[in-house]
Amino acid sequence: MFKVTEAPLDPQPIVQGVLKESHGAVVTFLGVVRGWSGGRRVLYMEYEAYKEMAEKKLVEIGQEIRQRWQVEDVALYHRVGRLEVGVTSLVVVVAAPHRGEAFAACHYAVDRLKEIVPIWKKEVFEDGGVWVEGEPMLEEK
Amino acid sequence: MQVKVRFFARYREMTGQGESAVEVEEGTTVAQLLKKLSLGFPELDNRHFLIAVNAEYATLEQPLRHGDEVAIIPPVSGGEGV
Repeated sequence: MFKVTEAPLDPQPIVQGVLKESHGAVVTFLGVVRGWSGGRRVLYMEYEAYKEMAEKKLVEIGQEIRQRWQVEDVALYHRVGRLEVGVTSLVVVVAAPHRGEAFAACHYAVDRLKEIVPIWKKEVFEDGGVWVEGEPMLEEK
Repeated sequence: MQVKVRFFARYREMTGQGESAVEVEEGTTVAQLLKKLSLGFPELDNRHFLIAVNAEYATLEQPLRHGDEVAIIPPVSGGEGV
């Protein structure tokens, strides 16, 4: 349920993998490669991961969600490698009895992913590529 | 003793390598390792990164052990477009 993979991401089997009879709400978030950045045409993106650590951090996000919302069923899949515009890079699925916690937990997962999961992306333009860097998390232990 | 240093993204390209085996003295801390590394890779001096030891975020004061894997972690940017 927590994976970094080079394979294409299909949300439907991931949803089926977390769904239970006790659930009334499933929130799915897809991150896709955008064709524009700062007004410039993006040709494609390159995603790179520190895979062992990234998968560990994805599991941790699942644990954090369980503690905050008592939401059991979370899936986080991140694709890496060269991804073309329009392709899905991220799938987050949260299934819960009611929509409130499912929306909140899904939002939290995406925000948290950008803080602690060691995955980087390079936007490649016609005239070269640029690594996109977020803010460093200096308060990390 | 020897530790393995791994570079990712911008730092992998800067240093021209994904990983490097580095010989250090017993009891070397993360900070001391970085100082040693920056002699070979001056780009590492700007410290715009975090450190992980054995796939967990670490402090500069953490002492290293033989065989540890130390990763230079640039600010992360996974997920959808920023």
